[in-house]
Amino acid sequence: MRAVTDTNSRPAVLAEGLRKSYGNAPALVGLDLLVAQGTVHGLLGPNGAGKTTAVRILSTLLRPDGGRAEVLGLDVVRSANALRARIGLAGQYAAVDERLTGLENLVMFGRLYRLPVRRARARAEELLERFDLSDAAGKVVGAYSGGMRRRLDLAASLVIAPRMLFLDEPTTGLDPRSRLAMWEVIGDLVRDGTTVLLTTQYLEEADQLADRISVIDGGRVIAEGTADDLKARVGGHRLDLVIARGGDLAAAAEVLRAAGTGLVDVDHAGWRLSVPVPGARVLAEVIRGLDAADVEIVDVALHRPSLDDVFLTLTGRRAEEEPAGQPGDDATTRDLVTT
Amino acid sequence: MTTGTGTVAPGAGGSVDLTPLAGRGSLTWGLLDAWVIAQRNLRHTWRVPDMLVFSIIQPVLFVLLFVYVFGGAINVGPGLNYVDFLMPGVFVQTVIFGAMLTGLGLAEDRQRGLLDRFRSLPMSRSALLAGRTLSDLVRNLFVVLLMLAVGLAIGFRFHHTNLAKVVAGFGILLLFAYAFSWVSATIGMAVSSVEAAQSGGFIWVFPLVFASSAFAPVESMPGWLQPFAENQPVSVVVSAVRALFIGGPLAGDVIASLAWSVGIIAVFGPLSVRFYRRTVSR
Ligand SMILES: Nc1ncnc2c1ncn2[C@@H]1O[C@H](COP(=O)(O)OP(=O)(O)OP(=O)(O)O)[C@@H](O)[C@H]1O
Ligand SMILES: [Mg+2]
Repeated sequence: MRAVTDTNSRPAVLAEGLRKSYGNAPALVGLDLLVAQGTVHGLLGPNGAGKTTAVRILSTLLRPDGGRAEVLGLDVVRSANALRARIGLAGQYAAVDERLTGLENLVMFGRLYRLPVRRARARAEELLERFDLSDAAGKVVGAYSGGMRRRLDLAASLVIAPRMLFLDEPTTGLDPRSRLAMWEVIGDLVRDGTTVLLTTQYLEEADQLADRISVIDGGRVIAEGTADDLKARVGGHRLDLVIARGGDLAAAAEVLRAAGTGLVDVDHAGWRLSVPVPGARVLAEVIRGLDAADVEIVDVALHRPSLDDVFLTLTGRRAEEEPAGQPGDDATTRDLVTT
Repeated sequence: MTTGTGTVAPGAGGSVDLTPLAGRGSLTWGLLDAWVIAQRNLRHTWRVPDMLVFSIIQPVLFVLLFVYVFGGAINVGPGLNYVDFLMPGVFVQTVIFGAMLTGLGLAEDRQRGLLDRFRSLPMSRSALLAGRTLSDLVRNLFVVLLMLAVGLAIGFRFHHTNLAKVVAGFGILLLFAYAFSWVSATIGMAVSSVEAAQSGGFIWVFPLVFASSAFAPVESMPGWLQPFAENQPVSVVVSAVRALFIGGPLAGDVIASLAWSVGIIAVFGPLSVRFYRRTVSR
């Protein structure tokens, strides 16, 4: 597992029954959260689920109406000041000063973290270098691209090398290349011991980055676990089969029906069939059955369900559609047939 | 030095020692943090000087309009040039309008999401506001000196006074502007948008500035307005500055000006910080 730099076995984040309303509109209705030190935890949910509200409470920007939360062992309300000196936050929208240069931004934040000027400057240069912004260090941020701004924002949240980092939708609005770069950066941070709580609407992203995931909807956690746990909750696997053109689709469907646990989805034009199955062991049975029925197999594959399916199962509706061209938007997880 | 302040993660860290400075009182930190913010705002002003240019053009136009258009019709009493009467009023009006930009700047910081960033830092809770009022004070000083040059160019002269009194006059002027900056900061933090800060932040100062002794003697106003125009803070400050610049009875207005300024800061300083602590970006 990941290196845990603190001997302290306390969780990095512990939230119990967090509640928050804006006026009469509830945003959080009893959110529980447990994040182990040195791990990446994903908060996954659609628009308006309460992700940003949760992050704002945990990073001391908002006071909860009810419940309590500790980050790095410090109460987010009572020890807010001490906590601010130990955490980093990159909000949903890049919060850097557009009229200052990249370097000026980071030096300013360093000084506000109370580093002496000289060290604030050295740290700023180090971070600019690391985030590939050295060439733009002297440029006003207003002239940065969206991706550069995001990286500068992340750099700003790392000025004091916090042990706990909050990232609210760190890749929203980035092109695929910048998104991959951001994933890499987050991976590096975690490898070296930073605990990360990140929110995302991208199921793919949570799957890629997070050790554990809390699915939130309507202001509370509706499921929690590893990506594997969550996928398992949707039940077993799905078997996809492509048979040779002109083959006996009906016979193939009959074999799948016998082996599967649900409806068989048949795509006549593509000579494809698909069915939920209890586990990998049925594969042999299916192949024997098709062989006996004289159906020629072009392709057969077992897929574990994607988080998309998890979300559908848990909430009864689909999560936000992801924009096209996301990294990881590949066939292995995407070609599910919804029945 | 304190230890264990989150400086352990080598992934995020590098070769720079990230131990924060320690061992200073919270007041010292408050001032230092405010100074960092003020420096940032002054950088903005130099980099995007439109605001500065507008805040100069507007009072210059006022002076020219009042002196050359209305001046002849305004009777300020025997033996007194209108421009000598006017300039102290223009100084007060200029710094008040300048102070109203405080709330606008803060509302902009909030709109750009910067407020969340600052609120997530371990900086002093009043630093963003104090830094903004400080940089606006510096800008106001600069504008006032320019206005003084304009005034001198069109015939304004100090009378019956000395250097100490003139300096005291500018001090009272700028302290009052500083107090109004905190009112503006409170409005900027209380309203929800830059647009609201823009209109709501300015509207209430018009009656204060124009129903005052800044541009015309109070005696020339309708009877029902005179009690207000005579005693409201802008008039009090105008009277004090005018007495210090061109002569007249001093003590009452000077003390009242200082009292107004200190009182306004005492109320609106803490109030604006309270709003700051509660507000979040967007
Ligand atoms: N400042 C606010 N004032 C009023 N209502 C708010 C405010 N911020 C959030 N809300 C409401 O609270 C609920 C939760 O919002 P929140 O921003 O936490 O969701 P989110 O999961 O971050 O959504 P998104 O994916 O759109 O960022 C939403 O219904 C939202 O409309
Ligand atoms: Mg959000």
